[in-house]
Amino acid sequence: MSSLSASAATHGATTPEAGAPAIPVVVPHARAVLLLVSTAVIALAVYYFIGVDQGAVSVFGNDMHVHEFVHDARHFLGFPCH
Amino acid sequence: MVKRIIGRGLLAGAVAGLLAFAFARIFAEPQIDKAIAYESGRDAAQEALDKAAGLPPDMGGGPDLFSRTVQADVGLGVGMVFFGMAMGALFAVAYLLCLGRTGRLRARTLSVLVAGGGLLGFYVVPFLKYPANPPAIGHAETIQQRGSLYLVMVLCSVVFLAGAVWLGQRLQTRFGNWNATLLGAAAYVVAIGIVMALLPSLGDLSDNVRLYGHHATETPLPLTDPRGHIVYPGFPADVLFGFRLFSVLAQLVLWGAIGLVFAPMAQRLLQPAPAGARPKEASPGAGSAPDPVTT
Ligand SMILES: [Zn+2]
Repeated sequence: MSSLSASAATHGATTPEAGAPAIPVVVPHARAVLLLVSTAVIALAVYYFIGVDQGAVSVFGNDMHVHEFVHDARHFLGFPCH
Repeated sequence: MVKRIIGRGLLAGAVAGLLAFAFARIFAEPQIDKAIAYESGRDAAQEALDKAAGLPPDMGGGPDLFSRTVQADVGLGVGMVFFGMAMGALFAVAYLLCLGRTGRLRARTLSVLVAGGGLLGFYVVPFLKYPANPPAIGHAETIQQRGSLYLVMVLCSVVFLAGAVWLGQRLQTRFGNWNATLLGAAAYVVAIGIVMALLPSLGDLSDNVRLYGHHATETPLPLTDPRGHIVYPGFPADVLFGFRLFSVLAQLVLWGAIGLVFAPMAQRLLQPAPAGARPKEASPGAGSAPDPVTT
């Protein structure tokens, strides 16, 4: 808790509510940043395959299997389709 | 800490995706079926018109790679659960970025707020400009533009939201919590409002104007024969409304579940002391064996 929560104190009133320990700043921290970036990249790739691939752009050329398989989810999640 | 938060985000996202799938299976699929029935009927009517006009039959429509049952059960389920997990992962990333920077907010309150931001940024705000459409709505000629426009909307909405939070935090010392929040929100509304005003309506896309005339959207209008008689109705308004309403509600279910499932887990992980006692686990000491940040 010690060194991590130090920077949290710079943001105005940080006295934790009674009984609750202060939340540490986790990011930035070199290894944490790497994990965050890779997580975000993978998540965005999944987002792309469900929402976009084989519609406006396609990584598998003309194949439509991914598109057709998640088709209903794509419409329902708000992505343009067809 | 990072790995554990991300893991819990994924778990919350998977649970949320399952709930959203159940919701979609019950409420959305009947609407989707009606939309597809409308589409087939319209295609048949169009074909009859073309035949009467002596035009060659249109070989449109791709092959059916999956049956409707597979699409409605497995495909929808896989899509919703994976989407939920992707959103849960992004949620966890945003949550981690907020940690320690949100003053006296409790861990579980922060969870609900971040989920609310996800709902707004990834879905509700883009929906205001380009709402979800069931099958049968959308011209094949414009899928590229529609796809790009939608992603531009999502990108702007998410980035501006992050910017508004950052701005609100910067203003907080000078204006206080309440006013800084309002100012951040106002900045967001203005910025996204400008983007929405600049982006074209789908009906204004050049291909649509050229092929179908000038209309606000791509929602199918009644099909008429050469003498102007309606031979097939326009897209049923109730189906469109139902589909969009359920689409919004499913996102509420999804993001609500992410926020609420994640909240108690994060509370236990980050502020594990309901009675106020200093827990042993929460003070690992800098540099001790398991890295407190990344594990
Ligand atoms: Zn479609």
